[in-house]
Order: sequence, then C-alpha cells, then structure tokens
Amino acid sequence: MITFIYDKTFEGLLTAVFDAYYRKTFPETLAAEGEPLPLFCDETYTVISDSEKSERVWKGLKKKLSRTALSALTACWLSELPEIDMLLFRYMRKNIDSPKSVEMNFGDPDVLELAKIYKKVGYERERVLQFLRFQKAVDGTYFAAIEPMYNVLSLVVSHFQDRFADQKWLIYDLKREYGYYYDLSTVTEVRFEEKESHLLTGMLSEDLMMHDEKLFQQMWKEYFKSIAIKERINPRLHRKNLPVRFWKYLTEKQK
Amino acid sequence: MNENVLEKLKVLAESAKYDVSCSSSGTTRANKSGGIGSAAGWGICHSFAEDGRCISLLKIMLTNYCIYDCAYCINRRSNDIRRATFSASELVDLTIEFYRRNYIEGLFLSSGVVRNPDYTMERLVRVAKDLRLVHKFNGYIHLKSIPGASQDLVNEAGLYADRLSVNIEIPNEQSLQRLAPEKDFQSVFKPMQYIQQGVLENLEERKKYRYAPRFAPAGQSTQMIVGATADTDKDILNLSSSLYDRPSMKRVYYSGYISVNEYDKRLPALKQPPLVRENRLYQADWLLRFYQFKVDEIVNDAYPDLDLEIDPKLSWALRHPESFPVDINQADYEMILRVPGIGVKSAKLIVASRRFSRLGAYQLKKIGVVMKKAQYFITCNELSMRSVNEMHPDAVRRLLTVKPGKKVDDRQLILPFKEE
Repeated sequence: MITFIYDKTFEGLLTAVFDAYYRKTFPETLAAEGEPLPLFCDETYTVISDSEKSERVWKGLKKKLSRTALSALTACWLSELPEIDMLLFRYMRKNIDSPKSVEMNFGDPDVLELAKIYKKVGYERERVLQFLRFQKAVDGTYFAAIEPMYNVLSLVVSHFQDRFADQKWLIYDLKREYGYYYDLSTVTEVRFEEKESHLLTGMLSEDLMMHDEKLFQQMWKEYFKSIAIKERINPRLHRKNLPVRFWKYLTEKQK
Repeated sequence: MNENVLEKLKVLAESAKYDVSCSSSGTTRANKSGGIGSAAGWGICHSFAEDGRCISLLKIMLTNYCIYDCAYCINRRSNDIRRATFSASELVDLTIEFYRRNYIEGLFLSSGVVRNPDYTMERLVRVAKDLRLVHKFNGYIHLKSIPGASQDLVNEAGLYADRLSVNIEIPNEQSLQRLAPEKDFQSVFKPMQYIQQGVLENLEERKKYRYAPRFAPAGQSTQMIVGATADTDKDILNLSSSLYDRPSMKRVYYSGYISVNEYDKRLPALKQPPLVRENRLYQADWLLRFYQFKVDEIVNDAYPDLDLEIDPKLSWALRHPESFPVDINQADYEMILRVPGIGVKSAKLIVASRRFSRLGAYQLKKIGVVMKKAQYFITCNELSMRSVNEMHPDAVRRLLTVKPGKKVDDRQLILPFKEE
C-alpha cells in the first residue's frame, strides 16, 4: 500500500496529483507530516509542495471541469473533513483519466459524495449569512463571532463587504481563531496574539459596547418574542431551522 | 430611540404577526456606493421564531388603529387591544439599526387603515421613500398595498418597494362580504391589477432603456386564510392557480385560521389552527408551481378536498395507477417528477446521471429518492418489484400510511391487564 505524505495544504494536494502521474504510482492513503502511518503501509513518498506543479494540475482541471465543479473542489477542501483529501484526489483522478468531465455522473460514489459535501459546505456558508450577529462597539466597529462547522468564513466575506460597505466590521471565527476585518476600504485577515474576553466568549462586555447597543439588543429580543404565534409553538421545527449550536452567539437567544 | 419605541415595537409586532408572508427573495441588488445594504436574490432567513416560522424581514405595522371591522382580524376596530403608531423616522431608524446588526434582510411594512386608504398608503410609501432616498438603503422592502388605494400611490410604492402585496384573505366573495362588510373583491383585485400593470409597463420600458428604474422587481404576493369559512380546497386552489396565471404573481400564502376573535359567532371556534390542511395546501401549491401539475389534476369535483393523510402527489399517483410504473432510465423529466418520493432535485440528478450509466435502486437511494414511496411507482436497472398495478392502490396506501407505533421490547414480559 502506498501512502503519500504532504503538508495538508490545497497546493500540496494538487502537487501530490502531479507527482502521482509523474511517478505513475497512485496512493491509497494520504497523510500529513508527522501523522502516524496507516497499518500495512509498505511505501511512502513525501510530496514537496510546488506552486508550478500545482498550477499545472489546476490549469488542466480548468480545461475540463465547469466552474461549478472547480468551486466544489475548493469549497469541499474547506470542509476540513478527515477523509476529504483522498476523496478530492480520487475525484480529480477520475476526471483526468476520463476523456470528458465526469462531474455530472452522480451514479459514481465519489462524484455524489463530493456533490453532497459541496452542498453541506454551501449550507454552512448560508447559515453564517443568516445567523451572524453584529454588536456595535464603542469605536463604531461592528463585531461578530461565530463557530461554523466548516471553515467557511472566506466564502462569506464578499457578501458582507458588499452589504455593509459603509461600516467597519470584524467577523471572527472562535474555533479556528482568526477573522476578517473591514476598514471601509479593504478586508484583511486578522489573528490576535492576546485574546480579550470577547474573542473567547463572542460577546462584547458592556463597557466595550456603544451606548445604545444594549437597547437595540433588547428591542430585537422583544421583537423576537412578540412575533411568535403562541397557538402555533413548535419547538422541534424551531430547533431544526435554528440549530442549537448557533444559540450561544445569537442576540435573540441571550438571557 | 428610547423605551417608548420598545413598547410600540412590541405592540405593533404582535399585530403584524398573523401575516404569514416572509420571503425576501426575487430581487438581486448590489450595494451602490455610499449606501447600505444589498439584496440577495434567493432571500436569507435571519432567524426563526419559536413557532418555527422564519424571520427574514422586520415584519411590522405602521399603526394598528383601523377603521374597518373585519371579523377574522385581530386589529378590528371593535377589539379592545393596545394601539400604537410609529412615526416614519422612528421606523426608518429602527430598520437601519436592525439591518446593520444583520438581524434582518429588510422591512415588511403593513398598516391598519386610518382615515382612508389613500392617507394610509401615502404614509407607507413615505417610509419606503425615506429609506431608499435619504438613507440609500439597498435592502429588501415589502410594502402592503392598502385595498382601495389609488393607482398613483401604488405606482409610487412600486418604485421603492421590491414586492407589493394585497391580501385576499377569504377565497370567496360571499364569505368575504359576510365577514368583512366594508370590503369587497373589487377593492382587493383593483390594486393587484395596478401592480401587474406597473410591472408589465416597466418590463417594456426596460427593454427600451436598460437603466430605467425597476418597478416592484420581486412582483406581488397574496395570502388566504384557511379554515375560517366553509370553502373547499378546490375553491382555494382554483383561485391560486388563476392568480399564478397572472404575470406578476409570485407567491400565494395560506394561513391556517387562528381564532383570534372567539366571540364572533360568524367564525368557527377552532381549538387548533388547521395546520395539516395548511401544509397540504402548500404541497399542492408547490405541485402547481414546480411540478407542472394542472389544478384540476390535484382537486376537482370528485375530489374537492385534499387528502389530509397523504400528500397530494401521492394521492394523484394512487388515483392514476395507469401512468405507472415509470422507467427511471428512459422516461421524460416531466414523468419522473410525478413519481411520489422524487423531488425536483432528485429528478434533475437522475436525468443528468443516466447519460453515463443505467441507474439502479442503490444509486437512486444515494441520490436522495425516498424509495419507501417510490418503489411502487418505478422500474429501474433491477428486477422489477411489485408495483402499484400489481398490488392495488389501496394496498399501497395502507402500507404508506402505517403509523410507527411504540416499539415493543419482546424481552419484556407484558401482563394483559384488562382496563376497567
């Protein structure tokens, strides 16, 4: 059994595809550097990420695949699922080997699996658009924290940049400990060395809030309560549409 | 902004909540420089209330004072409830502040009728105009068109709003007359026609001038109350279907009647709103819009009401066993859509995938087909199963309507006590 060892980057994965075709040996498993090798592994090959090689693979895929399939590839990579690299590897290999793109062959288990994960990542992105809640800080910056299941923050930036073009904002991923900051002209990726309490809890403390922020939060909570029709209360549907894992950072769900 | 606004917000949200329309779809608009907001064509639901319904727009009334006395309405003038009125600037500020915090997608503004329809409509339009012109708001605006408002005002509203709506509420003119003596169908259909006319004229205009301002780009919608009168599903769906034939009508909403005015003897006293019937009506509505069904296939004189036990598509299939089984690997897309257990998405996946290889039951299941239902209505690349024709529709129906009872643990001893 052959294992390729690579650096767990997308570029590294594309390089692995290149090297596999160059060596004419294809791995059964992929592993990160330092990761314990699978049982019965009798050959390993270490991939060294190379932008030239990866770009050649990407260019080749671009010729064959539609834009949707390409964005499915990158979006699925962001899912960070444990087996995703091997799935993407097999998907790319099937497409390279076939005379024309197999992206529409949903009878193939890998193609279908990729389509499903792509959909899941898309849903998670949508949920961030839905459930992100900004709090206005004293300096006028709008702060929002969230813990998405997949690493989708990069996919939502353009939406918020367009929508809230005239306000400064910071969107922060508490799980992956990075965020995006918009300063009225450009968006930059930010990481913080020392973490203040709102970077851990996701909530601004009261002395950091704009003076009327509390009132608007209260208004939104009251509105949320009033708009529900008592005769139709349906907790199951409520939890299905508004998953509990988001409640921690939703203004209307705070006490 | 102060505590006073908070109180008004509570009162006016309570009054607005019985309007079920919530969608914020139909318009795609990028932010223009210096403005705030954008509109996403597919709509975004920002929260879900405890009844499970989505909160996409700030659904609110400008005022809940009303000169009318409609029997089904919580805000009728003879009701003793708390009344409040927002000023235009309060409402505009509230919308903008909520929007900036990503609470909402925009504003859905409705109002009780004060003084006369035109006066009320004018005030609604002023809020929308302020949002668009003063605050350069590019988010979604849904305005209620007040029955009886003049064409000029509706036309002005269409310039600022993404969607306009007029509620029919009662699907039958006699019943409407009985429950809302001050209204008639004329006052509802007139504004609908104005909106339609505006949308069509605008389409023509935009063919000539690409940058002509858009008129209510998300079209119009309406709502009907279900279960307040004796009307059958056939009446309701026939009306919906004829409304969908109009070019600008995007959605008809169905609202299960909630007994808000129990004292009124013209209305039935329902313990529970008819939620199942409402659900079945929405399913039928989907069949009309996305599954290429004709209304008389779903309900007709022989079947005036929808089956509450099974969904309308399955019900149609059981009434028409002669159309089945459908061969998944050969049949048209239209026919595959008619198989119970196959939705629009699965049907599209099937049609795309079968070019590569013939599909079997395992693959269908993976694609997302509900084989529990579909197995009786299809043949695929597999030995044929017992289809609806061999089994008889009634038998299939019985199999599909079995309620999963409590699981009995057979390791547990059960003593048959007689119930006294």
